[in-house]
Amino acid sequence: MARMTILYFAALRDASGVACEVVDSSAPDLRALYNELQARHALPFPARQLRVAVDGDFAAWDEAPRDGTEVAFIPPVSGG
Amino acid sequence: MKRFTLADTPFDTTTLRANLLDERVGGYASFEGWVRNHNADRIVHGLRYEAYAALAESEGEKVLGEALEKFDIIDARCVHRVGDLAIGELAVWVGVSAAHRDAAFAACRYVIDEVKARVPIWKHERYREGDAGWLHPEP
Repeated sequence: MARMTILYFAALRDASGVACEVVDSSAPDLRALYNELQARHALPFPARQLRVAVDGDFAAWDEAPRDGTEVAFIPPVSGG
Repeated sequence: MKRFTLADTPFDTTTLRANLLDERVGGYASFEGWVRNHNADRIVHGLRYEAYAALAESEGEKVLGEALEKFDIIDARCVHRVGDLAIGELAVWVGVSAAHRDAAFAACRYVIDEVKARVPIWKHERYREGDAGWLHPEP
């Protein structure tokens, strides 16, 4: 079981209703963690349309969630 | 050195440009992205940019570092606004200095394209009809 802080941005924040939350999860990788949260909050994107970041750096979906980290799901960007 | 910055208030491009010029520079290219009054057939009344600041700054630095490696340029900078913007406001600025124009144009194009594709910044548009929404283009 890992305890993480999850950050939500843009449409993901609107859907979850919070900018961040602390989550306990036994998900084996970050993709499974996202799938759990997607089901809980009815998040509007499948994982394949997102990128994931851990502690401020882009990460791979098959990485294991680590206790005490900050995980951000990055919806498709629209700067510029 | 910090080459990419997020700005939560309007910024002055004259100073940014001046900071890039020195005696080695024979060419300077810049790109300015402004807030326009329409998008995909909708009339836009204003917008808001939100960023994941820590990652936007590190990814923006990475883009500018790549531009310095790929092109024969002297320096490159980018500033992106966050927060509420009105129609006609400057949203993003890219400036590149080089000895010659070809590299300056190419690097400028590279920076704005990569920033738009990779840097975690999101646009929230408000429309004439009163509704609003995030833009999340499919990659």
